[in-house]
Amino acid sequence: MSELYNVSSSPHVRSKDTTSRIMLYVVIALLPTSIFGIYNFGYKALVLMLVTIASCLVSEWVFEKIVHKKSTLGDMSAVVTGLLLALNLPATLPWWEAVIGGVFAIIIVKMMFGGLGQNFMNPALGARCFLLIAFAADMTNFSIDSYSGATPLALIRNEGVDSVNIMDMLIGKTAGTIGETSVIAILIGAIFLILMGVIDLRIPGTYIVSFVIFLILFSGHGFDVNYIVAELCGGGLMLGAFFMATDYVTSPITPMGQMLYGICLGVLTGLFRTFGANAEGVSFAIILSNLLVPMIEKITIPKAFGQVKEVKKHE
Amino acid sequence: MNKNVERLYNGIVKENPTFVLMLGMCPTLAVTTAAINGLGMGLSTTVVLILSNMLISAFRKVIPNGVRMPAYIVIVASLVTIVEFFMKAYTPSLASALGVYIPLIVVNCIILGRAESYASKNPVVPSIFDGIGMGLGFTVGLTSIGIVREILGAGQLFGHQILSLDWFTPITIFVMAPGAFLVLAFLVAGMNIIRKKMDEKGKPLASPSGCLTGDCASCSQSSMCTGKKEAE
Repeated sequence: MSELYNVSSSPHVRSKDTTSRIMLYVVIALLPTSIFGIYNFGYKALVLMLVTIASCLVSEWVFEKIVHKKSTLGDMSAVVTGLLLALNLPATLPWWEAVIGGVFAIIIVKMMFGGLGQNFMNPALGARCFLLIAFAADMTNFSIDSYSGATPLALIRNEGVDSVNIMDMLIGKTAGTIGETSVIAILIGAIFLILMGVIDLRIPGTYIVSFVIFLILFSGHGFDVNYIVAELCGGGLMLGAFFMATDYVTSPITPMGQMLYGICLGVLTGLFRTFGANAEGVSFAIILSNLLVPMIEKITIPKAFGQVKEVKKHE
Repeated sequence: MNKNVERLYNGIVKENPTFVLMLGMCPTLAVTTAAINGLGMGLSTTVVLILSNMLISAFRKVIPNGVRMPAYIVIVASLVTIVEFFMKAYTPSLASALGVYIPLIVVNCIILGRAESYASKNPVVPSIFDGIGMGLGFTVGLTSIGIVREILGAGQLFGHQILSLDWFTPITIFVMAPGAFLVLAFLVAGMNIIRKKMDEKGKPLASPSGCLTGDCASCSQSSMCTGKKEAE
């Protein structure tokens, strides 16, 4: 049957993009970061990635078997969740804690709420925050091989901005979680995603800009370029801004809403990093903003074509 | 079935305050960090519940309808104060672990709920058994949540290390607030599975019959209630 002369109800023109294709693009975009993570942290990083991906896939399969649902393993979203989760873990984490993280991400954050498209927060980040609270000591143990253990953000906080080397942070030769250290690798993946049309700059752009403005106003360092660049390159901000804040399911669909969401992320991250108890706050900022998304969408419903403002009637 | 035995069964299984009626959630979530705290909280609530049911049922004909709530509160608050003094005298460590939640038994929904929906309408002896059943149901609920949280969060059971720390890393989130919500959710889900299975077998556990308010619109049980009046 010709695609053009098919008589049916709308929509008539469909994009060729499928969930699995988009997920595949995301996996490809994450490759530079993953490969750098393995190079930087050694075989342990690879083991963690395989473990989280496997635990995500297995828990999705088992859950769908138990509740007699059709298997959705083919949409690749569990692979993305597993990979993102691994990139958010320190390479020293015991493997069985990573397994618990994968199970939590898929079963509690995603499947309990109805599967892909229904989850109210990013599964990988939900699991990361769960692990961060559950195994606080293991999740903040960054000492591996040559690295002293403190992350750049912690160094900035405790010893001032001069104690970090921005070049090292760009390349990624610092302590941190597997996927967050190399800004260059993350940006390569992000540019690929933007070129393929998977994400646009609205969310990461407003996120980063509002974060910078917040730092200038409230961090107490004023307009200190070194400090701002170090804060941007340190911690999970880049990974979060391009790969996790842009998750389709848990970010607003209206353009205005996306900007508002980005601002929300920037302000919350700034708030947590500047005034919070920990040096890092990206993952908490993102899952908190995820919860606001339904409300953001409600207040940013765009005007329909032809719709006019209701005119006040004069009595 | 004997009326008194039926009251016990009703409180512990059919209308379990924690897993079915969802009453008294505040102490349920707050004090169950360890099994012994859950047990202590449950038993102290049971004592207050039995005595308050007994007294309110005995005075049900002399308490004027218009001021029944203040009257109930006076009775319950006096009993709670007595229990609190006893706990401070004989189990000081438990009393300090439960902290403000002992005085808060005064405003526990279970106690006022049973006073309003049962004790104020029934004779003394069934009311006492209703108090025992509901109190034990609450104790069972709190203790089981406490057991799960203590094992996962500390590897302990009633203060004894049962999972060796040599290989077990305590999942500390379970002794914190989020863990309470997670464990409660899973136990309620388990209870609902049992309920569904019993329904399919043709031996329904029956939906909660003790209507608390008579107002279906604001009732937390309205989704499961079969005796619900359709809203006009």
